[in-house]
Amino acid sequence: MSEAGQARVVLVGNPNTGKSTLFNALTGLRQRVGNYPGVTVARKSGTCELADGQKVELVDLPGLYSLAAVSPDERVVVDALLGRVKNERVPDVVVVVCDATNLLRNLFLAAQIAELGLPMVIAVNQMDAAKTRGIEIDGPLLSYRLNGVPVVLLSAWKGEGITEVRRAVATGLRQKSTFPTVTWPDAIAKAVATVALAAERDTHQPVPGALAQRLLFDTAPTIAEAIGWTAEAREVPIRQAREQVRSSGLNPPAAEPMVHYARLREILEGVVRGVSRETATVAVDAILLHRIFGPLCFAAIMLGLFWSVFALAKLPMAWIQQGVDLTKAFAASYLVSTPMLQSLVADGVVGGVGAFLTFLPQILILFLFVGILEDSGYMARAAFIMDRLFSWCGLNGKSFVPLLSGFACAIPGLLSTRTIEDPKARLATAFTVPFMSCSARFPIYALMCAAFIGPRYGAFWESVAMVGMHVVGLAVAVPTAFILTRFILKVRPAPFVLELPRYQMPKPRDVIWRMWQNASEFVSKAGTLIFAITFVVWALTYFPRDPAVAERVRAESPQMNAEQVEARVQAAYVEQSWMGRFGKSVQPVFDPCGFDWKLTVGVLASFPAREVIVSTLGITYSLGEGSDANSEDLRSAMREAKWTEGSRVDTPIFTLPTVLALMIFFALCSQCGSTVATLAQEAGSWRWAAASFVYMTALAWIFATAVYQIGSKIL
Amino acid sequence: MVSLSKLLPGQFGKVVSLNAERAVDQRLMALGLLPGMVVKVVRRAPFGDPIALSFGGIEICLRDIEARDILIDIAADCPVPRPRKKL
Ligand SMILES: Nc1nc2c(ncn2[C@@H]2O[C@H](COP(=O)(O)OP(=O)(O)O)[C@@H](O)[C@H]2O)c(=O)[nH]1
Ligand SMILES: [Mg+2]
Repeated sequence: MSEAGQARVVLVGNPNTGKSTLFNALTGLRQRVGNYPGVTVARKSGTCELADGQKVELVDLPGLYSLAAVSPDERVVVDALLGRVKNERVPDVVVVVCDATNLLRNLFLAAQIAELGLPMVIAVNQMDAAKTRGIEIDGPLLSYRLNGVPVVLLSAWKGEGITEVRRAVATGLRQKSTFPTVTWPDAIAKAVATVALAAERDTHQPVPGALAQRLLFDTAPTIAEAIGWTAEAREVPIRQAREQVRSSGLNPPAAEPMVHYARLREILEGVVRGVSRETATVAVDAILLHRIFGPLCFAAIMLGLFWSVFALAKLPMAWIQQGVDLTKAFAASYLVSTPMLQSLVADGVVGGVGAFLTFLPQILILFLFVGILEDSGYMARAAFIMDRLFSWCGLNGKSFVPLLSGFACAIPGLLSTRTIEDPKARLATAFTVPFMSCSARFPIYALMCAAFIGPRYGAFWESVAMVGMHVVGLAVAVPTAFILTRFILKVRPAPFVLELPRYQMPKPRDVIWRMWQNASEFVSKAGTLIFAITFVVWALTYFPRDPAVAERVRAESPQMNAEQVEARVQAAYVEQSWMGRFGKSVQPVFDPCGFDWKLTVGVLASFPAREVIVSTLGITYSLGEGSDANSEDLRSAMREAKWTEGSRVDTPIFTLPTVLALMIFFALCSQCGSTVATLAQEAGSWRWAAASFVYMTALAWIFATAVYQIGSKIL
Repeated sequence: MVSLSKLLPGQFGKVVSLNAERAVDQRLMALGLLPGMVVKVVRRAPFGDPIALSFGGIEICLRDIEARDILIDIAADCPVPRPRKKL
């Protein structure tokens, strides 16, 4: 993105101050915003034109309260400020975005950044909110007190003050850092020097004073680990330096904020006027966090959310389905002269990708709700309410958002685990997110329920099965997290400190943008990964095509009509295809679950992406008819399917135990390539991804076997 | 002087000391919860933990065990609310 010679400007600030909103306003790009800490989980850069026409690279970073980084998203910021990112130098200007309603606390971070010696611009955002709360800020006075550091008052969301920011950044680029730095008490200054020396000696790299301050002050070893100073090497020098500070009557971690806050109070004297008036937030919280109404409201919101995802999505899903069917029919009739191409386009491409796209409305609705809940400020309250229920199994309130997103798709869920400071809870959350019943599992549940449970046991049991499948993953996830955090993960716990932002009206622009982004990711997945898998599965099921097979079948069944013969020919082709042969040889593994070779083929083909199961079953059972979850052909073909060999010969394959075993298998199995890859990336090692894959798959097999075996005995 | 976790919802007081050895406390201090600061327990979460605190114009939540090491001087004019009934 950045061209050589372009200056680098970074946006830094507390969570929720409006950095991403300002980024969007300055670059014209659209970056996700939300009234929930951690909405920006990675850095994002764009080009911004300054007042003097100069073009600079602008980087949006996650929010943080202090350079004493604990969580990975905080470390991203510290690394960026220290120029520790590969191929990147330190930023030329740091724009510290502050919330006008809480200037003192926001300037604490600015004071820490000043210690790094970086040129700075103070952008005091949300001036509109400050005004309604009766707070006034004297920008020029603040700039004067800060030795001429440019100060801009703005409302990024309203677009007020953006030009001033462009001007201030241009000024900032021409200035050196003027933010008045702290004169540390002697004992601290000496200790910092000692630590710097020891760290330089051990790590063979220059350790500037600001970095040494972090090593001295921080209780979490994040920075020490980042510069590669090992625990053994740093233990003694750091302890000795802290002793030095203590013997002078100061406490190292407390000294830093005490010194900064005392000085900032003086600087802000007369800059901030007016007292903050109580807002509606207090009154709303009295209900939403009430000890009886709170959980009730929470339950009602969650019920409403899931009801909407299923009920409201029905109609648009039916439309997409019709569109897919029409396309398929059109493609089939258009390509009737070339059977192979017809099969590829109709069964493979349109069928497979179409089955996937049908779930787009559900994804949209879920993310619409997540967006509204985040932007209104409720999500932090949900974390507050849920923390108790999560903490006993080692997770925490912040696990709630990843797990909820996991019900749409595991990928955004995994990405949002970065906001969890506690590495233990973060890993455990990432490990459990794939168990949430994502929308890709929905097609197989829908097919099984509509084909077998509904017709035989009625609509009530159909919905029970549906709900049950969504709960089963959660039921397995909780003990998994418990075992993981208690017995396996040996990492130190980190604090659960969560700010409760004030409530605000969700802004339609932000919410819709958020929804749209998730949707486009989903659609591009359909266009690439799903397309590729469907193609491969189709090819493996279509080839080889030896004409001798067709002749043999025709010879064997002379008395049948043409249609029946054609069906048997297709079946014979599938059976001797590469996929058919492979499925047959692997079938013994899945025999205890009650799966025949066709189901085995479906299960195997679904490992890269589970949503292909329905179209694969369509290929294997419907004899090349290409099917989807609503297709009556596929349902009746499956109802009529019988075992062709073994002790169960001529009995139906799809008995209740098999149906349940299949659904349980899909509820628990790790069948999503992108999830495994994302997990590896988030957990920082392939070992975790591999462990998750093996664990989920083994668990799926065990549960499916148990269900089938016990079910067959009882029924 | 009492531990912050002993304060009932509605009660407030001045911070006397924090346990500076822990990362939580360092985070709290960065947020402005320093000795001398007035802090109020706004409420407990519906299931008993964590607690919501307000100080310096912000509201944050904190788990009970993490609040235990923070010592508070209860303000003289602090209301003494009825202890919450066990459900
Ligand atoms: N009232 C008000 N709200 C704002 C303003 N700028 C951003 N916000 C809101 O503050 C919240 C956080 O914004 P975001 O850009 O995601 O903050 P970030 O976490 O710093 O990136 C969102 O709900 C925004 O709509 C502003 O100028 N005024
Ligand atoms: Mg952001």
